[in-house]
Amino acid sequence: MKFSENWLREIVNPGVGRDELCRRLTMAGLEVENIEILGAGLEGVVVAEIVACEPHPNADKLRVCKVAIGKGEPVQIVCGAPNARVGLKAPLATIGAKLPNGIEIKKAALRGVESNGMLCSAKELNLEADASGLMELPDDAPVGRPLTEYLGLPDASIELKLTPNRPDCLGLRGLADDVAALFDAPVHEPASNPVAATSTAQREVRLEAGTDCPRYCGRVIEGIDATAKSPLWLASRLRRSGVRPISAIVDVTQYVMLELGQPMHAYDAGSLHGSIHVRRARADETLKLLDGNEAKLDAECLLITDDKAPLGLAGIMGGLDSRVTDATQNVFLEAAHFAPAAIMGRARKFGLHTDASHRFERGVDPELPRVAIERATALLIAIAGGKPGPVIEAVLPEHLPRCAAVRLRRNRLARVLGMSVADAEVERILRALGMRVDTVADGWLATPPSRRFDIAIEEDLIEEIARVHGYERVPTHAPSGELRLALRSEAQVAPVRVRAQLAARGYREAICYSFVARDLLRCWSMEEAAVALANPLSADLGVMRTSLLPGLIEALKRNLNRQQERVRLFETGLVFTQRASELKQVPRLAAVACGRAMPESWTGDKRQLDFYDLKADLDTTLALGGRRGQIEFLPAGEAWLHPGRSAEVRIDGVSAGVVGSLHPRLLKALDLDDDVLVFELDLARVYAGKLPQARGLSRFPSVRRDIAIVVPELAIYAHIESTVRAELGKSLSELLVFDQYCGPNLGLGVKSLAIGLILQDDSRTLTDEDADHCVARAVAALERECGARLRG
Amino acid sequence: METLSDQIERALEQIGSAASLETLDGLRVSLLGKTGLVTEQLKQLGKLPADERKVQGERVNRAKERLQSAIATRKLALEEAVFDKRLAEERIDITLPGRNRDLGSIHPVTRALDRIVEIFSNLGYSQAEGPEIEDDYHNFEALNFPPHHPARAMHDTFYVTPDQSGAARLLRTHTSPVQIRAMAGRQPPIRIIAAGKVYRSDSDQTHTPMFHQVEGLLVDETSSFADLKGTLAEFVRAFFERDFEMRFRPSYFPFTEPSAEVDIRWDKDDGSERWLEVLGCGMVHPNVLRNCGIDAEKYTGFAFGLGVERFAMLRYGVTDLREFFENDVRFLRQFG
Repeated sequence: MKFSENWLREIVNPGVGRDELCRRLTMAGLEVENIEILGAGLEGVVVAEIVACEPHPNADKLRVCKVAIGKGEPVQIVCGAPNARVGLKAPLATIGAKLPNGIEIKKAALRGVESNGMLCSAKELNLEADASGLMELPDDAPVGRPLTEYLGLPDASIELKLTPNRPDCLGLRGLADDVAALFDAPVHEPASNPVAATSTAQREVRLEAGTDCPRYCGRVIEGIDATAKSPLWLASRLRRSGVRPISAIVDVTQYVMLELGQPMHAYDAGSLHGSIHVRRARADETLKLLDGNEAKLDAECLLITDDKAPLGLAGIMGGLDSRVTDATQNVFLEAAHFAPAAIMGRARKFGLHTDASHRFERGVDPELPRVAIERATALLIAIAGGKPGPVIEAVLPEHLPRCAAVRLRRNRLARVLGMSVADAEVERILRALGMRVDTVADGWLATPPSRRFDIAIEEDLIEEIARVHGYERVPTHAPSGELRLALRSEAQVAPVRVRAQLAARGYREAICYSFVARDLLRCWSMEEAAVALANPLSADLGVMRTSLLPGLIEALKRNLNRQQERVRLFETGLVFTQRASELKQVPRLAAVACGRAMPESWTGDKRQLDFYDLKADLDTTLALGGRRGQIEFLPAGEAWLHPGRSAEVRIDGVSAGVVGSLHPRLLKALDLDDDVLVFELDLARVYAGKLPQARGLSRFPSVRRDIAIVVPELAIYAHIESTVRAELGKSLSELLVFDQYCGPNLGLGVKSLAIGLILQDDSRTLTDEDADHCVARAVAALERECGARLRG
Repeated sequence: METLSDQIERALEQIGSAASLETLDGLRVSLLGKTGLVTEQLKQLGKLPADERKVQGERVNRAKERLQSAIATRKLALEEAVFDKRLAEERIDITLPGRNRDLGSIHPVTRALDRIVEIFSNLGYSQAEGPEIEDDYHNFEALNFPPHHPARAMHDTFYVTPDQSGAARLLRTHTSPVQIRAMAGRQPPIRIIAAGKVYRSDSDQTHTPMFHQVEGLLVDETSSFADLKGTLAEFVRAFFERDFEMRFRPSYFPFTEPSAEVDIRWDKDDGSERWLEVLGCGMVHPNVLRNCGIDAEKYTGFAFGLGVERFAMLRYGVTDLREFFENDVRFLRQFG
């Protein structure tokens, strides 16, 4: 909502300057978004008339003008504007004036001819953008009058960023109520005296849509001059409110909308057939709109029609065929009340957003149509002549919105705000906002004015009191209510710790968009259960991720393309899948890494990262949860993983994620040259730890025995370890593998493992014989279960 | 023949100039060992007459002490020299970088988010969560947004292709639906904080289609607008670790009433006044409480929401919102 400050002040003058007015509006919830100051720095600029205009003797494009300024002899001005001509009235900056653009006017000689001022364009005066020529003033502009005085300047275009609950402030009259309440200033109602009919022309109006349109006022005005231009004062107010003047008829409807808040429409009465109807559209109907587009209608659309065809989309936009043109002789004015529910969402459906739909979908005062039509009639016949017929009003009283009284309890007000407000102040505020206030035992009954669509419950009134009284006057307290803690269980690993752990191991946390390209998921064979967006910003952001990895790898690639060689990233976030009607949104943790195992260094460790690096990162992350269940690594089946260098991670037999190298085929498809290692885990499993339970320490020394065994090449370490553990049970306090070897001297199809057994007993010191016995048992078990033999 | 004292003097000289611990030890043995000079002298004492024995005994013992002391002194000096040599040999360039200095980093959004959550945890708020693919009920309807209401148009909503059941789903446009989930089936007192990703169909220099919000909710028998002001003022002070001029400006959200936006005064470098909007908040709308089965007469509550990126930008001096989601390690490494 953009408006002229001077116009507002004509309706209500708050008695404070512009800055204070704007500050208070903002602090009352009517946020001032922009202030454009007009007509500053125009001292010394007057209305002037060109009385003579001769070619410049020394310059083709300049002319030498004699300009009347209302006193003394006309002054000589050299001017280059193409529209300079005898009889034109234009602003003249006299000697000594300092224009808004910084130009200081001095007596000068232009190509040898004296010039005593400067005739100005609108742009030079910072009034409008037009710099094509001199600003043309109306023929009746009084010569010699200071321009600011003539144009009603200085003024300001003030733009409000209104919230959807305050449509009443989309007209100055409604805004005036708030200003009145804020500054305790009187409101001067804009004139809207009934204009007596001087013709009998009228047209029947039939309301056929019930609550959609419970009131409609129409009026025929005959013999109007459709080519009439709006007077300067009206055109200026429109311009300062962000509306471009078009013709008197259109301008007047706009003016009334800005002033009162009632959108109006004018039809060429000559194009109408029979009665006016307000009804829902039928599915087969179409309508050519003012913007030239053809709208396909349906039963959702509310229409204005005549007996033959649709005339306009009610409350949104008129039709092309019934529009007012320069040839129009008789107009039919419309001011109606359309219910918000009948307009909401409809304009959007046609890709439209008009001043009318903006207001109607938020709510327009149902009592305004008659006032608006009288106001418009008076303005219009004063500018464009014509004979008005009587106002036709159709109304369905049972469908008009009701303004019910709302109860406000003194105690509730104090409790919600945390402060009490004096009774007199409460009543002053409510009354100033146009409410009827009745006092009752525990407070008040307030009946809002019909233009307020946002006052229905007690809290609405509390907000009104708080906002006008001033939020800044509400004290600040610490909440004193009952406190009931609901902490994370200690067994759960804190998310902060998981992230800190990965950061400590060299990973940088990334945050990728949750949506990715379907093509990318397809590349990973992950698109099968992907959830698609109905209205994505682009195909690249078209489906929800089914894994964190594709996005993270894209981020890794971007970094590789920016000369990073060693990249490690991790992310936590939801992944989304949809199978049949089951939608899953599961939090995951993923990490990706490539390049060297260690940062490049003078120490010369150039080893490339491998599976066991990632496995260690994963292991240590899971270890944060303490002594949890059994963690197993089994061959993974994912198509996008290297089949020989990847694993499914199971905790207590239940899959928790995967770790491994990307499949070479995927690397190629993604245009990656080097190995990339990844892991992805269900975050809930990472967080699900166990509370530590301490065990007593053995006071007796441990014994270490190392063995080297030869096993078939395909034997897996996990099996060897579990075999030894099962055999030795409690006597084995630790088991470690410290070498793995394959080589020709061992023979084909076998490998050797060196294993350290750390033996300990809780109740006594183990003897050499005890240790030997344990080793013998372990070896026997390995021979039996794993096809192992001791390496000679 | 050399006198004892001559011999001692010569031995002392040899001790003083012994070049290694081995030489010194050889000297010690030759002087004080089982067959050493001094030991031999002591053995001879028995053969002397008693009066001579005493004099000679003292003399030999004195000589022994002098030798022992000289050997100890020399030994210490030689040991020091050995250390000095070793230390000199072992000197390294301490300015070379350490090994495995591999350190990652926490994303600035997470960093800011963790701090926000920590502050509210200290105020007794517990963390709550909700899904990112939401239904219309939780994202809008239960929060008092009627269908087609213009307030919905302020949320540029991403919709998800309907499933077989045709249920309309969307990407949550704010974290407020977590309020509904947290209140459903639960009675006050409630203090929750919900952090997470939200989505709006908007992308330009100052908007990304995904960003992060934190939502707070307190419902009990005493909470008031004054409590809301106090809570947020304290939060902003704690987050930025400095005092701000703040203002609570009336605003509109369908799910709160009265509603406010919170601005902090963050003056520009040229000294001109600038108010930055950092939070939206208000008293929980009675319809919302009722939608969640909470007695709106007995209980009042307040709710607030903030954009984490905005806080992270202000706090860490990030000037381009989009950098948060490009995941350029040169950007990420600045946040430790």
